[in-house]
Amino acid sequence: MKLTLDDLKPGIECLVKKLNAKDKLGQRLMDMGVYPGLRLKVVRNAPLEDPMELELDGFYVSLRHEEAKYVEVERV
Amino acid sequence: MKREKRLVALAGQPNSGKSTVFNSLTGASQHVANYPGVTVEKMTGHYRHEGIRVEVVDLPGTYSLTSFSLEEKVSRDFLLHEKPSVVVNVADASNLKRNLYLTFQLLEMEIPVVVDLNMMDVAERRNIEIDVKELGRQLGADVVPTVIKSGKGKRRLLKSIRTASLSEKPFEPLRIDYGPMEPFLAKIETRLSMEKSLAGKYPFRWFSVKLMEGDGEARELLKKHLADPGQVLELADKERESFESEHDEPPEKHIAFRRHLVANEISRSCIKPKEGKKTPLSDRADKFVCHRFLGPAFLVGVIYLLYYLSIVQGYNITNYTWPLLARLRSLTEAILPAQGFIDEPLVRSFSLWFVDSINALLNYIPIFFILFGLIAVLEDSGYMPRMAFILDRLFNKFGLHGQSTLPMVLGGIYVGGCAVPGVMATKGIPDERSRLATIMIIPLLNCLAKVPLYVLLINIYFAGYKGLAMFFIATISLLMALPVAKLLTLTVLKNRDTAPFIMEMPPYHIPTIRGVLGRAVERVWLFIRKIITIVAAIAVIIFVLLQFPGLSDERKAHYTMEKEKSITAFYKKIKGNPYTEKLEGENLMALVLYWDEYKTAKMMTTGEEATKLLNQKFEEKNPDFFKIVQPKKDKTAKKVNRAFKKLFKARKKLLREIKKEKIDNSFLGRLGHSIVPFTQWAGFNWRVNVSLLSAFAAKESSVATLGALYQQEEEGETLETRMEKGEAGFTSLHALALMLFMVLYPPCIATTIMVKVQSGSYRWMLFSMIYPIVLGFMVATLVFTGGTALGLNGLQAMAAFFGLALGTTIIMGFVKNRPISM
Repeated sequence: MKLTLDDLKPGIECLVKKLNAKDKLGQRLMDMGVYPGLRLKVVRNAPLEDPMELELDGFYVSLRHEEAKYVEVERV
Repeated sequence: MKREKRLVALAGQPNSGKSTVFNSLTGASQHVANYPGVTVEKMTGHYRHEGIRVEVVDLPGTYSLTSFSLEEKVSRDFLLHEKPSVVVNVADASNLKRNLYLTFQLLEMEIPVVVDLNMMDVAERRNIEIDVKELGRQLGADVVPTVIKSGKGKRRLLKSIRTASLSEKPFEPLRIDYGPMEPFLAKIETRLSMEKSLAGKYPFRWFSVKLMEGDGEARELLKKHLADPGQVLELADKERESFESEHDEPPEKHIAFRRHLVANEISRSCIKPKEGKKTPLSDRADKFVCHRFLGPAFLVGVIYLLYYLSIVQGYNITNYTWPLLARLRSLTEAILPAQGFIDEPLVRSFSLWFVDSINALLNYIPIFFILFGLIAVLEDSGYMPRMAFILDRLFNKFGLHGQSTLPMVLGGIYVGGCAVPGVMATKGIPDERSRLATIMIIPLLNCLAKVPLYVLLINIYFAGYKGLAMFFIATISLLMALPVAKLLTLTVLKNRDTAPFIMEMPPYHIPTIRGVLGRAVERVWLFIRKIITIVAAIAVIIFVLLQFPGLSDERKAHYTMEKEKSITAFYKKIKGNPYTEKLEGENLMALVLYWDEYKTAKMMTTGEEATKLLNQKFEEKNPDFFKIVQPKKDKTAKKVNRAFKKLFKARKKLLREIKKEKIDNSFLGRLGHSIVPFTQWAGFNWRVNVSLLSAFAAKESSVATLGALYQQEEEGETLETRMEKGEAGFTSLHALALMLFMVLYPPCIATTIMVKVQSGSYRWMLFSMIYPIVLGFMVATLVFTGGTALGLNGLQAMAAFFGLALGTTIIMGFVKNRPISM
């Protein structure tokens, strides 16, 4: 099983390996600064678990777990 | 130097301080409009600088310039087709790397770019030191460091814009190196440069990159401009495919990746490494604001405060502003032809109706002003994305969006909101499907204008359970709105565009007073301009529907006779009285008006001093009349007083009867009668029908019309007692059905206009009016007919319906929507 971003618990850092999303979601992820090779950190989950918040190099972004599923990652 | 004009576009990512730059440049000369055909706001302004008039267009804040989102498309089209002389790229200095991603795309469009490196103070505080010169050299564009908030660097920015806009030299910026993709791009570019019809219109390099990305809009552009676009498109497709198979990466990802790579390199070479990383203050704050338990508690507190300050306190302010509006009304009244004994001149009744309709709306302005100001505070502080973050999961289950929170709070998620600002606030929701769903359900929430009818009915029919009934009404609207939203997204909205949720959580900011007040004023003004004209037009229509065709000649003759009878009786009673000659002919009517005026004035006056003054004023006006009004010990005057009181009462009764008959006989009244065969299943009689029909313009009218239909038998009887007497067969079950219909009542005119503005189509506007009627009628019928069949009383039916709605909501929450499009 490949590890994807939505599996990660808050506090964990990882490297982005691959984006499996195309079109709108893929573009949006890239535009917001999620690209292969980036090191990011899961900051927290929302009070109702979803969405999750990430830190990308001093920049904070939130996304839903169903979207994070399309981001393949590697733990560091 | 001759006067010259220049067009300048402001572009930048969200939270880069772009609107502050715009405000600082253009000051008060701003103008809001929409981009043609879409609901995106277009802000323009202008300034003069050393003989040049500069027109500034504030493009929407975007992270990129693709054709996936409306804002990005609009910005891109503007740059492509309006060809501004300069693009000012506002970038957040404390987040340079990310901001460069957009800068590169602007550079690619080959319009001279001036980079405004804003928020240098924030960067400094974070120990980020930027080599501005080196950055400018690498980008091939002028870079101006500023702290626009405090005016620092503004002069240099103006100068730089001037230089760039007057420059004759070709703009030769940094060319992003797309690495292995370059040969592919070169092939497309060469092919494009062979097309004469494109020359000078679009930058070829930009066009090639877009075609390589597979950008839909760029392909459309080709089809528009080329007689035979097939060849070029085919070539582009071929290059895309061969790149993907050679490099095992979709071209659009490679392009974005290379941009990030270059951004990394540039920022590394221009930024001195930070010493010691520390968690930003905002993140530390978020530990509480987004905390599992504290977060929601804080959110409830914020919503409560918003509600308390705007709705409760704003309502208190209307106590002070209402007299102003009332004075406007009495001024109008004074210049209109006076009332007759039983007939009112049409121009008088029309003008007063018109003023009343407008006043009813103007009365809300203090509330709106506070509300819009507070929303601006929420927007500027950066709390809005946190609200969305906390509630997204809940709303997402019903096809809504985290960002539906604010619109729903404004619309009246508990009791007392207003759908107009609610619908207005849906603008920020990026997901089209959720945005439309939110627009459609906001009118189902409890706006202020629905409350009077609830209070009236609860006071009569649920007197023993007021608190419970109010709780039911407050929560049932949400329990119906959520499943309805889900139902809409599963049906009519099923194929609407969705957008990923991904959202920046910007650092917190302290809002500026100027920014907040400016926005509040601007939005209130927008509201006045958009709404008042329409409401005025509708007021005319409803007036006609309620006034015409009016009374038949026969009935008119009947009322004239009644009038003569009571007047003759009056004269007979005071025969021989010394006052008689003072009351002949015209004078009688004058006394009627004098009496009316005095009584009204007295009701509004409190305190001994004021009353004394009032008496003095009226005595001066007409000492004889004053004797009749206040006879004290004058026996003859007392006699006239008594007789006149009777006459006055008789007149009032006649007026009421005429009004009732007029409504009964009016177009609206006839409609109310004619739909009884249907509405009886919901328990509505013709009176209720008429009052509901008259509420279309504004919901407050429902209670006012009921007031006119249930006439007073005795002076000072409340509507509650009148209605109870007038409707012996009316039970609490009737009342419940009526209240539920009111919850689901179609939006008022002002709201439907806003729905049109925000949805951009008349079809949605019509839909927002029709579906609540159908649904409301179904619910009212279910409750009334079903309740009657089961022999339930109002309270039992209330409990049953609450359970049903709660169950439906929970079940609907589990139904899955079509997943987001990737």
